[in-house]
Order: sequence, then C-alpha cells, then structure tokens
Amino acid sequence: MSETPLVQLEHVVKRFPVGSTTLRRGPAEEVHAVEDVNLEVGRGETLGIVGETGCGKSTLARCLCRLYDLTSGRVVFDGHDISTLSRRQLRPFRSEMQMIFQDPYNSLNPRRRVGSIIGDPFAIQGGDEGERKRKVQELMELVGLNPEHYNRFPAEFSGGQRQRIGVARALALRPKLVICDEPVSALDVSIQAQIINLLADLQAELQLTYVFIAHDLSVVRHVSDRIAVMYAGKIVELAETEELFASPRHPYTNALLSAIPEVDEIEDRGERILLHGDVPSPIHPPSGCRFHPRCPKARAHCEEAEPPFEADGHGRLVACHYPVEPGELLRTREAAAG
Amino acid sequence: MARRARDAVTALLDVRDLTVSFPTADGIVQAVRGVSFSVDAGRTLGIVGESGSGKSVATQTIVGLTQGAETSGQAFFNGRDMLAMSPEELRRIRGPEIALIFQDPLSALHPHYRVGKQIVEAIRTHENVSARAARERVIELLRVVGIPSPERRVDDFPHQFSGGMRQRAMIAMALALNPKLLIADEPTTALDVTVQAQIIDLMKSVQSDFGTAIIMITHDLGVLADMADEVMVMYAGETMERGDRPTVYRRPHHPYTNGLLEALPSRRHGKKTRLTPIPGLPPSLIRPPSGCPFHPRCRHAFTPCSRDEPPLGPVDDEPGHLSACWLRDEERQAS
Repeated sequence: MSETPLVQLEHVVKRFPVGSTTLRRGPAEEVHAVEDVNLEVGRGETLGIVGETGCGKSTLARCLCRLYDLTSGRVVFDGHDISTLSRRQLRPFRSEMQMIFQDPYNSLNPRRRVGSIIGDPFAIQGGDEGERKRKVQELMELVGLNPEHYNRFPAEFSGGQRQRIGVARALALRPKLVICDEPVSALDVSIQAQIINLLADLQAELQLTYVFIAHDLSVVRHVSDRIAVMYAGKIVELAETEELFASPRHPYTNALLSAIPEVDEIEDRGERILLHGDVPSPIHPPSGCRFHPRCPKARAHCEEAEPPFEADGHGRLVACHYPVEPGELLRTREAAAG
Repeated sequence: MARRARDAVTALLDVRDLTVSFPTADGIVQAVRGVSFSVDAGRTLGIVGESGSGKSVATQTIVGLTQGAETSGQAFFNGRDMLAMSPEELRRIRGPEIALIFQDPLSALHPHYRVGKQIVEAIRTHENVSARAARERVIELLRVVGIPSPERRVDDFPHQFSGGMRQRAMIAMALALNPKLLIADEPTTALDVTVQAQIIDLMKSVQSDFGTAIIMITHDLGVLADMADEVMVMYAGETMERGDRPTVYRRPHHPYTNGLLEALPSRRHGKKTRLTPIPGLPPSLIRPPSGCPFHPRCRHAFTPCSRDEPPLGPVDDEPGHLSACWLRDEERQAS
C-alpha cells in the first residue's frame, strides 16, 4: 500500500432534475441524490457502503467512477483529477475501474456468447483473435468457470455462474478498482458464499481495491475493512468495520445495525431500535440533520443546524450533534415519550 | 377421508404427503414431492429454502393458485380437505379464512385504484356491509398497521406509498376479514432491513392480538430466527428437516440445513474468514437425483445416499425434530 489513497472524493454533489418538462414549465425541482460527500478509498482495501434504498449509495459509486457527471465536487483517481474529463479523456481510466452489477440476468447480453462478452474489453483495446481467446479462457478459469464453455450463451448458465461471468468481464483489463454494486443480492445463500469467497481470493491475488455496496449488512460486514453509512445522500458515519459494529455512534447506524436479522442467538444483542416513518424525500430533504425527524435523540438544535462530518474524538468520523456514547441505550420515540 | 393422528384435531392446517408437478415441454417438473406439515392457531411455521425448492408452490397449491398443476395428497384446513374443493369453495376460503401476502407489494396492488378502495372491495366481496362502513373499517385497519394519517392516505394510489407502506397496506388487506391463517411468501425480501424489522414486528403483534396462524416462506434464515416457532427446510421439492426453531438452528441434523447456516456470513465468522459455500448447484426437478436429492452436493454422502431415499424420521430423542438423512450421529461427528 502506498501513501496516497486510490480514490479521493471531495465535496461530491449529484443532483438530478425532475418534474420539469417542456409542457409543464416552472421551477425545476431536483433530487438531491448525493450531497457533499468526502471520502477516501485506500489501495487494496474494501470499502463497504450501506444504507437504505434511495440513500444514494449506488449514485455515489457511479459518480466515483464517472459513470455520472458530478454536479459539483472533485473525484481524484490514482492522483488524477477525473471530475471534469470528457468521455475520450476518461478512456484510459476506464480500464482501471470496473463494475460488477446486481442482476446477473440483465447485465449480460443474452444474444452474445460468453467468450465474446468477456472478450469485449480486449476487442476495444485491440489485439488478435487467438490471443484474445487465450486471455478469455484464462479469465474463465480464474473465476471458476469451465473454459470449454467459451461458446455458450448466458442462458446456459445458472445465476451464480453468470455472476462469475460478470466478474471475469470486470477483471479482463486488470483494473485497480472494482465497484461491486449488490453483487450477491440476487443469489441463493449457498451460491452467495461461493461468490463472496471468489471475490476475496481475487482481491488477494490481484491486489484489487473494492467498493462494495450491499443492503445485506451481514455480507458487507464480512467483506469490508471500513464501512461508510449513508442516509439521504450523506455519509453519516465512517469507521473500521469491527468498530462500527461494536459501537455505532450515529443513532441511524445504531438503528440500522439493530435491525439485522441474526441467526445466532446473541446475548449482548440490545433492544431492537425500530425506526418510525420513512426515508425523507430526496427532493425536499429535512432541514438541519437529515435524520432528525426519525431520530430518537433529536433535539431542537438538530432541526436547525446541519452537523459537520468530523472526527468524534474516538478516531471515528460521524455527522451527529449528539452521538451515541459507548454503552448508551437508545430508546424508540414512544418509549422515550412514555 | 380417514383422519388419524391426534394433531388432526388441533392443527389448523394439516398438509399430508403433498405432491405437485407441472407438465412442461421439457418434461414433468416435480416441484413438490411428498411434503407434510401442519400449523396450529396462533403459531408460526417458517418454510425456508432456496429458489426452486418448492416452498412457494406448496402453499400456493393448497389455496388453489397453481393452475395446470397435477397434485396429490391432502390439505386439511379446519378438518376439510382443500385439495378436494371446487374453485368456488376455495374462493370463499381465500381472504376470509386464509389470507396471502406476497413479496412484491407493488405488483400485488392494482395501480389504477386507490389503496382504500381495493381493501374495501376485498371486504365487500366477502361480507355484506355498506361501502361507508367498509371504508371506516379500512381506515381503522390502516391505522392498526401503522400508516400515518390513514383517513387521508386511504385515498392514495399505490404509487404514492413507499415500499414499506405498500406492504403494510397488503397486511391490512390480509387482516381485513380476520383470517385464521396468514400465508406470507417472502413478505420482506424487497424491503430494507429497517422496514423489514417494522413489518416483522407488525406481523408478530397482529398474531398476538388476533391469534392468527402464520406460514412464513423465506430464503432468509435470519428472518425466521425472529419469528418462527417451527421451521421446515425444503430442498428440491422435499422436506429435509423439520423441528422447532431453536432446535433446528442450534442443532441442525441435516447436512443441507447445516450448510445453509454455515454459508451465511454472521458474527460467528471473523472478519474476512472464508465462508463455507455449498458446492455445486440445485438439481433439476425434471430429473431429480436418485436417493437423497442433496447427495450430489453433500460432503457426507456415502453409498446408500445415491441409492435409497432417506425417510423423514425422528432425530434421537428430540420430540418433533425430523430429518431426512442416512447419517447416524457418530458418523456425523466423526467427519
């Protein structure tokens, strides 16, 4: 690992315009998908991003690899500012950052043979046919597919095998960064474990850096070195995985972690913190701290002032005016009121 | 129909030796192959299995939702065999007696009708009440399931509800006729963990208030850990293991159950340790493996496994704990 992080995000903002059409004029509204995110991804690490549907985790990942243009802010990849590069200028960086998607059924073209799907990146980069086939078969072997299945169609593979095809395609050009967006959510438990192990092996073998997005917190916990918790477009807490699970400091992290269904009976498991209400509207996010309408610890100040995302004195980054102290028991609103 | 066994007296739903198969162009898909289970009033049975294990088909067949399937076996609901009923009789049972909730609440609600109207319609189909009275009841139901300001939201369209609210509305609809049995097929799979926790909490409180029996179908052992009294593990259309939840989770007998538990990332594993996947793939249901359907993927498999099908039999002296495996305990521990 060298000193500089592989990716640095500085004040990244992504907004999508909505509701304004040529027929219905008026002040265009915007979905505030990602708001002022600062984040670093170290070389060789796995950074997990967790949060509920619509919290902006996938948007953030797509900004990170410039699949989306930023509304404002900076993305520095491997020492280069890529935030405003054109498509053509981005091309040399494309081979260094790849994505693995959730749905192995929709992310592979059903009419193309596996060999050509995995071989596409080589075709774009040039090289002769025989050489390409050899490389593709090497990749297939690397991800645990039978190289003889080079000429098969995606439909002839199971869900887990298709995800392996997606992994092989992502690895074709030896990227530095792989963004895994819910890579195992569509798979059965027994197959999910195969893919997680595969990703771990490949990381060790090829010194990959992962950004790992998943809604299954047990999976994220298992694979990640550090975890960023997102809520309504913002990172509310960032910590080493074990520290985060041992003592979450943001009340939202607390609630999120307490909701994980666990197979094991655990004695130290605290009371489940049930959140009330829904995730706030991304078009009109709440004032102050975005979590305040649902937060069991919210006070008047939270409604007025946005908490800074800063070190909390315990070596953690947390955006909260009144972070949860280790050992503190959070109570749900009703319990607190009653 | 001869009714033996004492549980027939008490069990609300008693399914015996259910088989379901679908003729297709490629051959006969044997989706469910001889499955028996029962659930009592006020109790929760969890059915867990991976895609294609037959867990959904089994319950849908009982309530008559698998058109074109060939079925055999019996399913006694309150002593009457539902598999022998006419579609008309089944229609009278679905809703007032047995309610269903599905995974995707958006496709289960009609997008063109207001949420309240759809629940009103469900009530008035089965009960002779005025539209106004039914509407009042719907508002009350929406309040029970935790929809904020229900008197206003009752006139919303489904797209105006969030995913969690839609599932709450589905639960409200399911409860509208005060059913004795609620079949929930992956009700929280499409939802975030926080919302999932809310919905499970709601189902548990409904059960304790109304004494509803629940069959919870899921692929997620974690979800069942929070609510099931009894667990049935299905694989390739058959029951691999059945027993009360703590027993099955703490002392799984069948290698498949054990494999499922070990494949889950959880606190037992340290960070970044290797998970233990189950090798291979689930079998074809057109040509299921001989003997034990799990033997091609089982690391304990020995000669009889591929030859003879193990019966679902009692495990040691644990009452109610059944497992379909040839392994004896010594062999299991030795390996």
